[in-house]
This record gives sequence, C-alpha cells and structure tokens, in this order.
Amino acid sequence: MADLVKFTIDGIELEAPAGTLVIEAAKKNGIEIPSFCYYEGYSLQAACRMCLVEVERMPKMQVACTLPVGPGMVVRTNTPQIQAARKGTLEFLLGNHPLDCPVCDKGGECELQDMVFRYGAGESRFTETKIHVDEQQWSPVVFYDAPRCILCFRCVRACDEGMGVGALGVINRGAVSLIAPNMQDHLNCDECGQCIDICPVGALTSGTYRYQTRPWEMEHVGTICTHCSDGCKTTLGVRHEQIMRGNNRDRSGINGEFLCVKGRYAFDFYDHAERLQTPMVRNVAGKLEPASWSKALEVVAKKFGEIKARGGRFGIVGSNHTTNEENFYLQKFARECLGTNNIDHRRTGDVTTLVDALSGTSGTLATTADLYEKKAFLIIGADLSIEHPFLAFQIRANYRHHQAHVYTVTADEVREEKTAVRAIRKPRFQEFDALPELRDALAAEPNLVILFGDSVKGEDVRKLVAFGESLGIPVSYCALVDYSNSRGAIDMGLTPELLPGYHASGTPGLNVGEMLAATDLDAFWVIGENPLENAKLSTKRPFVVVQDMFLTETAQKADVVLPSASAYEKNGTVTNGCGEVQKLKRAVSMLGTKPDLEIIGLIAKEMGFAPRMGPWLPDTVFNEIRKAVKGYDIPLPAITLGAQQTMPVNGRVGVQTNPDLVASAHENLFTSGTLGRYSKILNSVIEKRANQ
Amino acid sequence: MYNSPSPLEVQVLTRRFRLPNSHSIETYLQNDGYKAVEKALGMSQEDIINEVKASGLRGRGGAGFPTGMKWGFVPRTSPKPKYIMVNGDESEPGTCKDRLLMQYDPHQLIEGIIIAGQAVGAEQGYIYIRGEFRYLIEHMDRAIAEAYQRGFLGANIFGSGKTFHLATHSGAGAYECGEESALLESFEGKRGNPRIRPPFPAVAGAYQCPTILNNVETYCAVPSIILNGAAHFAGLGSPKNGGTRLFCLSGHVNKPGVYELPMGFNLMRMINEVGGGVRGGKKLKAVIPGGSSCPVLKADECDLAMDFDSVAAAKSMLGSGGVVVMDEDTCMVKAALRIMRFYAHESCGWCIPCREGTTWLRKLLQRFHDGMGTKSDIVLIGDLSKNMLGRTFCPLGDAAAMPTIAFVEKFRDEFEAHLDGKPCPYEKSSKLVAA
Amino acid sequence: MTFSPELEARFERFLAKYPADRKRSALIPMLIYGQDEVGSITDEFVEEIAKRVGVTPLEVREVSGFYSMLHHKPMGKYHVQVCTNISCLLTGGEELYERACHKLGLGHKQVSPDGRISLEEVECMGACSWAPAVQINYDFYHDVTPEQLDKLLDGLKAGKDPEQITEVPKVNC
Ligand SMILES: Cc1cc2nc3c(=O)[nH]c(=O)nc-3n(C[C@H](O)[C@H](O)[C@H](O)COP(=O)(O)O)c2cc1C
Ligand code: SF4
Ligand code: FES
Repeated sequence: MADLVKFTIDGIELEAPAGTLVIEAAKKNGIEIPSFCYYEGYSLQAACRMCLVEVERMPKMQVACTLPVGPGMVVRTNTPQIQAARKGTLEFLLGNHPLDCPVCDKGGECELQDMVFRYGAGESRFTETKIHVDEQQWSPVVFYDAPRCILCFRCVRACDEGMGVGALGVINRGAVSLIAPNMQDHLNCDECGQCIDICPVGALTSGTYRYQTRPWEMEHVGTICTHCSDGCKTTLGVRHEQIMRGNNRDRSGINGEFLCVKGRYAFDFYDHAERLQTPMVRNVAGKLEPASWSKALEVVAKKFGEIKARGGRFGIVGSNHTTNEENFYLQKFARECLGTNNIDHRRTGDVTTLVDALSGTSGTLATTADLYEKKAFLIIGADLSIEHPFLAFQIRANYRHHQAHVYTVTADEVREEKTAVRAIRKPRFQEFDALPELRDALAAEPNLVILFGDSVKGEDVRKLVAFGESLGIPVSYCALVDYSNSRGAIDMGLTPELLPGYHASGTPGLNVGEMLAATDLDAFWVIGENPLENAKLSTKRPFVVVQDMFLTETAQKADVVLPSASAYEKNGTVTNGCGEVQKLKRAVSMLGTKPDLEIIGLIAKEMGFAPRMGPWLPDTVFNEIRKAVKGYDIPLPAITLGAQQTMPVNGRVGVQTNPDLVASAHENLFTSGTLGRYSKILNSVIEKRANQ
Repeated sequence: MYNSPSPLEVQVLTRRFRLPNSHSIETYLQNDGYKAVEKALGMSQEDIINEVKASGLRGRGGAGFPTGMKWGFVPRTSPKPKYIMVNGDESEPGTCKDRLLMQYDPHQLIEGIIIAGQAVGAEQGYIYIRGEFRYLIEHMDRAIAEAYQRGFLGANIFGSGKTFHLATHSGAGAYECGEESALLESFEGKRGNPRIRPPFPAVAGAYQCPTILNNVETYCAVPSIILNGAAHFAGLGSPKNGGTRLFCLSGHVNKPGVYELPMGFNLMRMINEVGGGVRGGKKLKAVIPGGSSCPVLKADECDLAMDFDSVAAAKSMLGSGGVVVMDEDTCMVKAALRIMRFYAHESCGWCIPCREGTTWLRKLLQRFHDGMGTKSDIVLIGDLSKNMLGRTFCPLGDAAAMPTIAFVEKFRDEFEAHLDGKPCPYEKSSKLVAA
Repeated sequence: MTFSPELEARFERFLAKYPADRKRSALIPMLIYGQDEVGSITDEFVEEIAKRVGVTPLEVREVSGFYSMLHHKPMGKYHVQVCTNISCLLTGGEELYERACHKLGLGHKQVSPDGRISLEEVECMGACSWAPAVQINYDFYHDVTPEQLDKLLDGLKAGKDPEQITEVPKVNC
C-alpha cells in the first residue's frame, strides 16, 4: 500500500500513509480540527473554512480537509491566528443563523452549538436584519428550515453520492443560496432521512421526531432493524418507554451511519393502536374474547397436550422476524416435545442450496464488509437499491472510493446500472443466459462477489457456483433473502427437512404449503407469520394458535391469539442475509405482550416440558445454538457490539430442498409485510407518493 | 471609434484598431496577420514556450502570473486531450479592454489562441465570453468562421497536418465565472463555484484535461511576441513586466478611455497626460489602480510605475488594468459600499467567510453610509474584512476584503464624518433625515 | 416543448461544439439563448433542456439560479439595465438609475404592466471607460446623459423599438 509519511502536528511526530489528509491524520491521533463541510467518505468541499491550520513554510493558512500530509510537514492547529480564524468564521455563521437553540431540534447535538461553545464567538456583533425564509416541508419525513442552514452541502452529497438519488441541490447564489428538493417544493426520493442525520445544525429536521423531545432526555439503545435482511444497527432514542427516533450516529454496527426509511422510521408499528396487548381466546359463541395470559396458555397447553396424546397432527409455522433463540427453541419444542417435523417458515432465498453447493469449492459467503472492499460485483435478478438498501449503499461507496466494477443482470432498470461497467437486461429466470457474455470480463477481475435474488434457486444455484468456480478467481456469494432473520430461520432448522446446522431431520415433515393443503391437521400454530393472508387451511376447524403483534388474517382465524413482543421489545440474536449474527437489545416493553421465546417457554412449562426445554433465557438458548449450529460458536463479546459471520455448514447438506418453496416477497423501500401495513410513516410516504 | 488615441500610447496589440474594417480577416492578413502562427508551426513546443517566457508576458486577467511558465506546467505527454480556454469574462469593475480586442482585432486573438494550442499540443479551444457581450459572441463567431474558411482553423491548419478547433461559449452573468476554476465549472454547465486546487487547470482543467487558461489580452500579445521576438516585447515594458498593457481609464478624468501603454508607465502621467487630468479641474483624491479588487491609492501614492511589481510594492495590485480615478468630491464610504454591494451580489456562496462576510459588510456599510453607524462600526468593518482575508476559498473574498481595509485605513476621517447621524458630506441631496 | 427552427438549429450547433459525452457544456448557452425566445426560465423549459443535455431538472435549476442574466419570471420585451458600479457611480450611473425608476415607475427587476419594459440595476458591464452605461437587452449605450436616457425611455414608452430612437444610437464597440 501507500508509503508512510512522517510529519508533525502540534509538536507530535506522526506517521500516516501518503495521501492522508491532515484533518484525518489529526483526528486519528486525537487532535481535533473543527469542520462542517468535511465529511468522511464524501467528496471534499473546503467550503466552511473551519479547518484552517498553519503549515510551516506556507505563507497562508491551509485548509486541513484537502491538504495531504507531506514528508517533514509541520502543522499547527491551535495558534492564536487559527483561534481567531475559527472564531471569525463562527461569527460570520451566526450572523444569519437564528439563535433559537432553545426550540431547535438539534439543540444538544448541534455541531454549530458545540463549536461556538468551544471556539468562541458567543457574543454577536451582528445587528443587521437577518435573511428570513419560511420553513418548508419536503416530504412526510423531511423539513427544511433555510435560515438555519449553514450550506455545508453534506445533505446534497449524502443524497447524491451516498444514496445515488441526487434529490437535493443548491439553488440561487451567494448569501441567498438555498438547499432545494428535486420536485420544486417537495422530494421524490428514498426518504432515507440521511440528509437529516448528517445535517450539522437544525436545518433539516425529521417529520417524526421534531419538537418531540431533547436528545439528553432519551436513553439510546442500539439494536437491529427488523425489516430487511441487511441487518442494520439502529440506535433507538427512548423516552418514557416510547421510541422517539432511530438513527445510528455513533456509526457502530456493520452499517456505519446508514439507515433507510424503514430502519430510521418504521419502528413505529410497535405502538400502533391495533397492537394486540391481551391474549384472546375464542368463546363458545365463536368470537375471540380477551383472556388472561394464564387462561390462554392453559387452553393452548391443554389442547396441545390432548392432540399430542392422541398422536394428532401439528403444523407449525415460524417466522423470519423472530430471533435465532426463538426459532431454535420453537423447533426444539416441536421436534423434541411435540414430536413433529411439521415445522417450516416462508423461504425467501435459496440459502440451503448455496451452502450445499459451496461445499468442496473455494467459494465463500460474502460479508457486508466485503461489499465495500471487494473489486467486482455481479448482481443477478435483484433491485438492490430498492430491496437491499444497505447492501446497495456499500457497493456504491465501494464504487466511489475504489472504483469497484459492477455488473448487473436484471429484468428491469435498476439504480446500480448507473455505475455498472456492464448492465444486461434479462427476464426473470433467464438471467443465466447472460453469464457467458460476462465470463471474460469477470475472469479478468481480481475477485468477485455474486449477489442473487430468488429467481436463482435450486439447480441454478449450483450452476452459478460452478460458473464462479470456473472463473479462476476468488468468488464469494450472497443469496438475498427477506426480513431480519430469514437466514437465521434456516440456520436454526425452521424447516421440515433440516435440523439446526443443516443436519437432515430424517423423516421430513410438512412444509407450509403441505400444511395448508393437508385435510387432517389437528393443530396449526403460527408464530409471527401470516400464512392465511392469501390462502386457506384445507383442514376443517383445526385448533389454531397464533402469536402475533396484530390481528392478522391468520390471527383472525385463531382459537387462541397470544400477543407477542416486537423485535424492539426483546433480546436475542438475528442473522442477516450475509450470515452475520448480531444482537437485538430491548428498547421498550409493551404492556401485555411477551417475547415469543417466553410464550413458547410458558406453553412448554404448562405442558410439563420445562426440564426438557430449559429456561427461556436468550443467552442460555444461544449457548445451545453454539453447540448445535456450526459457526455459531461465537464469543458473546464479538456480537455484543458488532457482528460475526457464520458459515453454518461444513460439507454437503444431506437433503435436497424443494426450490419451488423459495419466493421472495420483494418488499420495496416502503413496504415490509404486515409490519409495513402498521407503520404510520411508511403509509404516509406511500400515500404521498401516490398523490403525486 | 471607442475613444481618441493618445500620442503617448505604444500600440502593439491595438495597432490595427483604427484601420478601416480592422476586424476583417483581409485587413488582418494585410497587416502581418497569421504570420506568427505560421512561424510557430515551424517551431518546437519548447521554443514557443521559451519565447513566451523570455518576453516577460504576465497574465492580463488580474493575477499577473508569468504566462510562459503557466504554459510550461502543461504535461508534455498526456493520454487526455488538451484544451485552450480563453477568459473573456471581463467582469472586474473598471475593466473594458477585452471587449475592444475582440471587436477590433478578433483575428489577433484567434492567432494567439492557435499559437497557444501549438505550444502545448491542444486541438481545441474555447472562448468563454460573458453573456452580456452577446454582440461580441456573434462577432467572434463570424471571425472564427472566416478563419475556418481559410483553413486557419479545423483539420490541417495552414496545411500543416495539424488540427485546431475553436468555438465561443456564452456565460450568463456571474463575476465569479471570471475566476479560472469557476469558469471551467461554468463551462462544463455547472454552477460557477470554484474548484479545489491543486490540481491546477494546466493539469486538470476543462473536463479534467490539461488546459491553458488565459485572459483575452494575454493571448492577443502572443502573435507579436512570436513575430517580433521576445526581446522586442520585453523591451517595451519594465523589468519582469514585459510589453504593453491596455489600461482602462475611467471615473473622474477628462479623457476616459482604453489606452495601450508600456508596462511601468507612471500613474500620475497616465491620469494627467493620457487622461487629460481630473475632470472639472478638481483635485485628485484617490485611484483604484487595477479594478475594484485592488486597494485604493491616495493621491499622494500615485507617483507610481504601473507594473505588477511596483504596484504590489505600493500595497495594491495592477490587477486587470482598470484605473478608476476619483476626485475630491467622491465619498469614500459610498465607494466602499458600492464595491461591497458588488462583491456581496457576486459571491458564489460556496464558502462561509466570503458569503457571510460580504453580505454582512454590505449591510453594515449601507447602514453606515445612511448615517446610522457608530464608532465601533468602523472597527467592525476593518475586523470583518480581516476575518475574510486569506481565509476564503477563492480570491474573491480577498478581492472584497482588501479594498475595504484600504478604504477604512486610508480614509478613516471620511468614515468618521458619517458618524452620529450626520448626512453624507458629499451627497448634495441627501436622502437622510439629519439628526 | 417546441422551439423555433432557428433556435433548434442554434441548439444543435451548441451541442456540436463540445465532445459528444460533454453535452452538459451546452447547458448555459442553451438557457440564455433559449430564454430570449421562451421569455424566462420556465419549468417546462427546464425539463426540456434537462432532457436534451442529459441532466436532472434539479441540476438545471441549480445552474439557472446561479446566473444573474437568467430570469425565472419574464422580463419586459425591452430590458433596460443601468450600471451603477464604481465607474458608472462616479459618472452619474446612480442618478440615471433613479431617473429610470421614476420615469418608468418601476423598481429593480420590475416589469411594466404591458410587459414591454423592465428595469434592472446591474453590476459592471464592461463599459467603464464610457460610463455611465446602459444596456437594453444586449445592446450597449455609452456615456449616457440624463437627456439621452429620457429619450430612450420616452421612446420605448411611446411604443418605439430602440432602433427607431435614432437620436441615441447603440454603441456595441
Ligand atoms: C473573482 C475573480 C474574477 C476574475 N475575473 C476575471 C475576468 O473577468 N477575466 C479574466 O481574464 N480573469 C479574471 N480573473 C483571473 C483569472 O482567475 C485568471 O487568473 C486569469 O484568467 C488567468 O489568465 P492570465 O494569466 O492571462 O491573467 C478573475 C479572478 C478572480 C479571483
Ligand atoms: S441542510 Fe444542513 S447538511 Fe444540508 S447543507 Fe444545509 S446545513 Fe448542510
Ligand atoms: S472542513 Fe475544510 S473547509 Fe470545511
């Protein structure tokens, strides 16, 4: 890599790779050089002039944000001249900036406020009238208050460079310059809210959070977003058991500060008015009526016990949203206590065939970090920016910073095409036909990541891996799946044919379709899934138990409905599409609900299986998973703050699984299955877009 | 004709101006036209650049950077095409010379551009002309068409086998687009914000390709340098300041106009002998020596050789050649205000000190001029200007700060005369309500 | 959106000036020449130009808002621009501007009700040695005296075109 250069900042001798910017070199060594416009990862502006430093043998002060370190360079960051310059620039900024900090949303987290506190200019000599512009609402989530804007152009870059959307621009000239949205007075964009996050002041504010609370009044809980399988960490601001906002400003987690509209705002389903907060049991009149937890659990346990006793048939459907612990515990209960392999979930990508096909090859699973670091990407049959916004963000950043080569084979136009070296359109399921023409180009790449959607499944996955092997370069793969824990559900053996860790279950049970088609089910138990949304049970009047947050189509058919906790209300782990295990942390509790793990545990206990099942503590269950699933033997500290990738299988998977069962819901930026239907913000965004 | 000539002029660039049909290619050809480029086509790139270096030609756009040296920065070999960019933005208040060079002798400019192209191996040039000069754009287009017709432009110029294309490009009203990197942004169809430098245009200019960017007058000097030799040109001016320069005399002089005078010509003589003295027999109060960006000189500072180094030694700048003369009845606060209004209007808004500084100073000077100022405001004006100086992204901020500092320092008494609600002493029909 | 054949031909020439993958360079020339025909930078015009040079309408608006000669509402058929910058200020430019305000009953960037005349106080237009200077549309008037200004403005008000006001000729030198 680049040569190391020796230089001095504030008398400290330092070393950094050639090309390192002074501002970065200083930061790495704990020397702060203030800046507004400089933002790591985005293009350089040198516009705010806060980062001026003195450099020996250079007559004028230099901007540290564009100045690379040079051998023998002597930099000073805190001389009287620099202090005066910082103060002077802040004074200029405050000239037009409203001093409404007490009511400004950014109060307490405002970079301008912090800088004035640190570098002076507290007193204003500005007595002229300020330029006033009315506040504007650009979308359900974005508000712009122009007078507060300091024109650092961070938002413009986040939108253009970061998101590839380019919905923000600068209009007018000089002191009356303004940030403007792409549709004259409103935005047509991904509504990701990154512009709001990145704004150093309170110029851009969030429609959901503004004027609700102050940052220091909240507790900040880092957990994982429950919507898509990218597994972004989101830090929830919680006040009085209420989630006020989501962001990831501390850049912890695999996603840095990235969040999409769902990750940032769509936690809001959790306190929807229709959220179930009490168990319900169907009464003699055939109506669901509220019941106590003990009563409801008793009904379930009794009925399950009877059915088991008479050798009746269970059908159990688990979820892509529930934790690994819950899924593991559920399948264990099903198999070991209820004695059935009739357990499944909705499969959204053919992970099983992929891990099987990789056995004995040099291919591996890609990590989310790989997407930023590898040299070339082949995206097959997926609209990455829309369905996997964080993965797309990583590849976009990779392209920006390392000129990654992107190849796309998709049915329709996708955003990745804009930066692709080759973009080929092929109808779904015919994507394979495009590979021969890409072969030479791909084989010339130093390495490659192949990401594929649900149109590549079964034999096609094997062919794809064979194609990758034939290129003669290191290739890693990512089978794209939906929701926060699709990958974990498979790893945990939430299928009739496979046990945790992809071991064959021996006698495969029924899959979801077969359960629906069966005419002799005695019990149908659904945890966090909605299989009856567009389908019917063929069995006449089985005993139906549903654990859910809402009275879904499936719950409406239930004999017992047990209100479960959402991902933001429980602890545990989830595994994202790249196989990275991360921890969920409880941010709030919802009165009347229980985590599914506890519900399953209580049913087991009620049925007398408590000793067999062990305690329903996430950490205890995880210890069992460690032993049962290859790759999950992760030291807890590794996932307490970060993520660790797992390769859950070594060698061939014993059973072939039916590729026809694989189908992604193709959720877009603004949908998220049942959860999306109950998210106020997603609905308002969808409505706004429909009205345009 | 634009103004009558002065006998003191040394006409090199303007020597064809008064010929009948001076702008036509025939007139040009009959008067040494396109001989220099033919000569240059027989010279090596190195030789052309060395000749320009030896001539002591310094950029006429304002900064006075040695032209030959700038050309020398263009990489000899580059996989990318190279460009010649002509700065015809002519927006510095007090400056009105490039207009004449394009109007009266467009082929001299074209010839200079082609030679620059040969010097660095460029095959395409563009003349960026401010949008207000619509008639000139069309005028230059006609001249360019003439040159194409004769085979002086296009493929195989002068039968040399070399290619050179040239086109005009219209601006749309922005002083900042005269700044070289902002000009390039504007040329590429963007907002006229300046670029981070380095890289300089010589390395990454138009479309990030190596580019020579000079003022119109700078290119116009080139044919004469090549034809008559560097020594001749250098000998016309003062040491390190080769040649003649078009000075734009304006303001309170009897004979305002554009005059071609040797570099180093004395400013007092320029005002009195070329310009016919201060209008109405009034006393001279102050002179802006090189366009509004240059600190004002007091009358007693004007016994000064007008070349880059001498004016710099007098703590001002030769700038773009706009010499603005102000008589004893001129209100310096008003002058400072008007100039600040200009910079506030023209600040591109990219960097904080310039964007906020010019606007604040404009408001402050306005209030001050309106008699609403206080003594501490005088200090504040100076302070704010100093807070801009040397801290802005491009020189526009300095260009706004420097003259303001000079106005306050050199004419503090006039600022004080505006204090305490007193009406402007120079304004006959003051709009003010006297305190 | 359709343009006159002349303008179309001009746009084509503009686009041909720059390398094929640099069509965006034609943006500002297209805006300013197009404005003469369209009247101002309308939303429809923005969309059309955006398409032609291959940028988003927002990118066009970013540019059009930057340049002071581009107007987002129509100026008069005759746009009278009076310079009041330093050289003109010293020679009576400010008085000329005020005179024009009074005579036309218009302020900065205002348009007469019949849409014929508009007024703008402008920055230095490069006529300093022939100050004070006035521009009507793209034509220059040099060393303008108050009387000449009156003649020009009275003429315009009386429905004459500038060419018909022969007492005060334009000086495009
Ligand atoms: C704010 C600003 C405005 C400028 N305006 C002009 C201009 O209108 N014409 C010009 O030739 N140079 C102008 N310049 C100078 C150019 O940046 C550049 O130095 C010049 O065109 C280089 O050509 P030269 O070396 O031939 O002078 C301006 C500079 C600044 C900072
Ligand atoms: S809105 Fe905020 S981030 Fe965006 S430019 Fe303005 S101050 Fe910067
Ligand atoms: S951080 Fe360097 S100028 Fe803004």
